[in-house]
Amino acid sequence: MELDFGPAVRDFREELRDWLADHLVGEFAEHRGVGGPTDGAAWEVRLAWDRELSAGGWLGVGWPREYGGRGLGLLEEIVFEYEYARANAPYRATGNALDLLGPMLLKVGADEQKKRFLPPILAVEELWGQGFSEPGAGSDLASVRTRAERDGDEWVVSGQKVWTSFGVHADWLYVLTRTDPDSVRHKGLSMLLLPTDQPGVEIRPIRNLAGQDEFAEVFLSDARTGADMVVGEVGQGWRTAMATLGIERGTTLLPQQLTFEREAESLIELARERGALDDPMLRRRIVDAWISVRVMRTTNLRTLAELTAGRTPGAQATTAKLYASTRHQQLGHLAQELAGPAGQIVGADYGLDTRQRSFLLSLAETIYGGSSEIQRNIIGEQILGLPKEPRP
Amino acid sequence: MDLTFSQEQDELRTVVRSFLAKYSDEAAVRRLAADPRGHDAVVWRRMAGELGLQGLAVPEEYGGSGFGYVELGVVFDEAGRALLCEPYFATVALAAEALLRCADDQARADLLPGIASGATIATLALTEDSGRWDEPGIRLTAHDTPDGWRLTGAKTYVPDGLLADLLLVAARTPGGISLFAVGADAAGLTRTPLPTLDQTRKQARLEFADTPARLIGPEGTAWPVLERTLATASVLLAAEQVGGAAAALDAAVDYARIRVQYGRPIGSFQGIKHKCADMLVEIESARSAAYAGLWALDAGDDTETAVAAALAQAFCSEAFTKVAGDSIQIHGGIGFTWEHPAHLYFKRAKSSEVLLGTPSYHRELLAARLGI
Repeated sequence: MELDFGPAVRDFREELRDWLADHLVGEFAEHRGVGGPTDGAAWEVRLAWDRELSAGGWLGVGWPREYGGRGLGLLEEIVFEYEYARANAPYRATGNALDLLGPMLLKVGADEQKKRFLPPILAVEELWGQGFSEPGAGSDLASVRTRAERDGDEWVVSGQKVWTSFGVHADWLYVLTRTDPDSVRHKGLSMLLLPTDQPGVEIRPIRNLAGQDEFAEVFLSDARTGADMVVGEVGQGWRTAMATLGIERGTTLLPQQLTFEREAESLIELARERGALDDPMLRRRIVDAWISVRVMRTTNLRTLAELTAGRTPGAQATTAKLYASTRHQQLGHLAQELAGPAGQIVGADYGLDTRQRSFLLSLAETIYGGSSEIQRNIIGEQILGLPKEPRP
Repeated sequence: MDLTFSQEQDELRTVVRSFLAKYSDEAAVRRLAADPRGHDAVVWRRMAGELGLQGLAVPEEYGGSGFGYVELGVVFDEAGRALLCEPYFATVALAAEALLRCADDQARADLLPGIASGATIATLALTEDSGRWDEPGIRLTAHDTPDGWRLTGAKTYVPDGLLADLLLVAARTPGGISLFAVGADAAGLTRTPLPTLDQTRKQARLEFADTPARLIGPEGTAWPVLERTLATASVLLAAEQVGGAAAALDAAVDYARIRVQYGRPIGSFQGIKHKCADMLVEIESARSAAYAGLWALDAGDDTETAVAAALAQAFCSEAFTKVAGDSIQIHGGIGFTWEHPAHLYFKRAKSSEVLLGTPSYHRELLAARLGI
């Protein structure tokens, strides 16, 4: 099923398809499908590809023109993501700033912050990392302990962040900090923008289970940033963070789903090559894998249609992540089983093929962006209205 | 293509829901479940007269309102939620669809207005003792005589077969599979009710002994018509299953909110909360599966409909059974009693699972349609 949004959007789609056909060539084409929301592979090529996109004016399709965007609407953004994923272009190295920080600044940032930070994001001149999680605060962000204190015109920040995606490349971090030392839980937090190029910031890579430097831990000891680097109100960092996570949950599913569809097609191809379709047990699992990606597609189309109609998305917008992440893992297990013993053999330097990498990285999908257990709490409490668990 | 519900469709849902809350409440469902015919003529007439539900998707030229499948899906969703016992599925999803899809203008003009007005209860008799829903499963024969066509053989598991005024019967003729219309009072027709596990949807066995029948459409051309009818009915059944599952979850959630154990509502324990969340994930995914079928039907895309229909039956059947079973579990001991309505949903789920073919059968249909 194709989304059709009328003639103006159709022209936009054609222009984009042509551009992708002309530019997704050479080493960029060799890295089709490389990367993922959590994948640090082929960094230099992907960075170059982001610059290519930037030069073509394709970054920030929905952002205002004054900040270097295209000033188009939600429809064009959706079509962009859809066509981009359909073309199997490499995952954007700047995704973190494009999908999370940028929309957050556009939503709650001060005018000076927008002017200062948005254009370099679109020009791929400054890279960003997200400093939310901490060793003691993964999904439970209200337990954030990183402190920030005012010292004249500056904030002085100390603490430790972890799971900072692409942290080793970050020029700036957006950091959730506790600015009221006496506060508890989600009160007294503030969102700060912090430059990494200073003595108080130490960033160490963490290798993920696929062997990539995907994320980092960040040590802040009296790191400094300007007093004007608070996004939203001081003490309202929780609200700012939640707005960002809402954006994250909404935007990553569409491109993911197209990737999953490609994986399902390739799984069927693999099964055909190996004669596995004649095995009724395997065929049943293969059909179920196909069903689950088709269900994801329709669920996402429902949400997109509601968003573009100006409606508040229904419950499926919240259940989609739990469904997609668990079913993608099942698909990966099945693909590995179909590959058989050959599926265990990796290249030199733990070089993984697309199937192996996607399978291993899928293990993170039920953790990042709010773990499955957190998702179930959100669904149970916020959608079904079940009582909260009593807090000690 | 509009993939969201319009304000009118939302209003239709509200109207149908409040109608069914009144006329298909638990007391009505239990009363009709215990009745061998299981039908309330007053409610059936109101469904047609006040709401136009029987003729909703029947074209205006045949006395209907000419709405699309998304609207019809909304009604089936609500019918499933209310466990409606009226012969709505048999009449609208099976019989009316078969007539709409056959190549016989005269039959449509003769038979559809009665369905649309609520005057005719109808059904489709396809399955036989083998319980198969495919073409080779049709063994009942028809032969042409100087006095017209005659049917000989038996059909079984026919939804509302005892009640129906009009029976559409699939039969084998020298030319292939053909469709016939048989009146309830036809000579040589014997109808026997089948006591069913799910008492909210009746079934019957029909025996034909040289029974006169009217040929619908050209002889030997009915299988593709029946295939499309079954695909449509599969999608509408999926919508009904989604509604049933949603009601089963709502009941479980309401109970989990008020039932106190160990000093707090059981819904505050993650063991229960997470189970409810998983139920909603099943339902929303099933909703997507059913909607994809409705959209394909409204787009008039037979290929896409065939795929979406098999997917919807494979998925929604299992989702409804799972959710209805979990609802009993969350209700605890009370959920296991005859007095509590949870078992009514569970039994409807189990019977719907096989009504148009089992989930495994639909997976195989899907695999065949995808070339897997």
